[in-house]
Amino acid sequence: MSINKNLLIPLTAFVLLVIVLAFGFRLEDPHYLPSELIDRPFPEFSLKDLHDPGRTLTAADIKGEISLVNVWATWCPNCLVEHPELIRISQEEGIALYGVNYNDESSKAIAWLERHGNPYKFNMVDDNGTLAIDLGVYGAPETFVLDKHGVIQYRHVGAVTRGVWKSRIFPVVELLQTQMGEG
Amino acid sequence: MRIAFLFILLLSLESQAAIDAYPFPNDELRLRHIALIDELRCPQCLNTNLAGSDSMIAKDLRREVHRLLLEGKSDDEILDYMYQRYGDFILYKPRLQSGTLVLWFGPVFLLLIACVVLFRLLRSKKTVVNELSEADSRRLEALVKRK
Repeated sequence: MSINKNLLIPLTAFVLLVIVLAFGFRLEDPHYLPSELIDRPFPEFSLKDLHDPGRTLTAADIKGEISLVNVWATWCPNCLVEHPELIRISQEEGIALYGVNYNDESSKAIAWLERHGNPYKFNMVDDNGTLAIDLGVYGAPETFVLDKHGVIQYRHVGAVTRGVWKSRIFPVVELLQTQMGEG
Repeated sequence: MRIAFLFILLLSLESQAAIDAYPFPNDELRLRHIALIDELRCPQCLNTNLAGSDSMIAKDLRREVHRLLLEGKSDDEILDYMYQRYGDFILYKPRLQSGTLVLWFGPVFLLLIACVVLFRLLRSKKTVVNELSEADSRRLEALVKRK
């Protein structure tokens, strides 16, 4: 019995289309937005210091060394989840950690840090979310890895757990450190 | 009575829409604000525009669109501002670039293929109908002559 070969063409095309679409829609988490800011300098800002409201912080204050910038708030449950790991990183890893207190109340934020510990060198008060918008933040927590020139090298959305540190963030930091050693 | 009820309903709709109303110097800016927050997608939601979302980021971005409009920015400049921060995700109408070519032209391409296939199918059917074997045409002739 002979099958008309022409009939197989649309069937094959259809199967291929289904496979391509199935993979395309499943490859990545639809909630995840890739950052537009990788390899771009940290946006300029001028915000108050959480613990010293008389002091104005700018992008120049976080340049000069490899650093992590963590966007957090007291209303954000995952920020509490990642907090112990941030404290460990600040104590054991020797990397500067800066906080962006996002759409929060300063009094609450200070009390929160007193209660749970303060891993940050300092915190910028982003009570209008303007820096967060410039960073393309769409939820908290988010963590950015900056090189010593203040250029954004990596962005992590969600809690920084031990596993995330080991598999995602530390390799980036390590690479930057070796590059610094060479350069 | 019924008309009065409808009127009250309309009034309540009006007040709902005004919850985070921003002051605009003129209607043109207000309409552009409405159009922009309708066109921009809320980064935290999967399928809601800025206008329809109650999330914190959507509120902040609506305020940002308002600020940019008052600064005299054009619609394109505002869309560009959002694109630089949030990328393709924030635009409901994706930009024409290498990554979105399939999105823009894929359906047209598939439609073209469908047209070609349909055209060829129709044509091949026609030729099948017209082609009679020699035996058949002799039978046809005989039938016609008998009449």
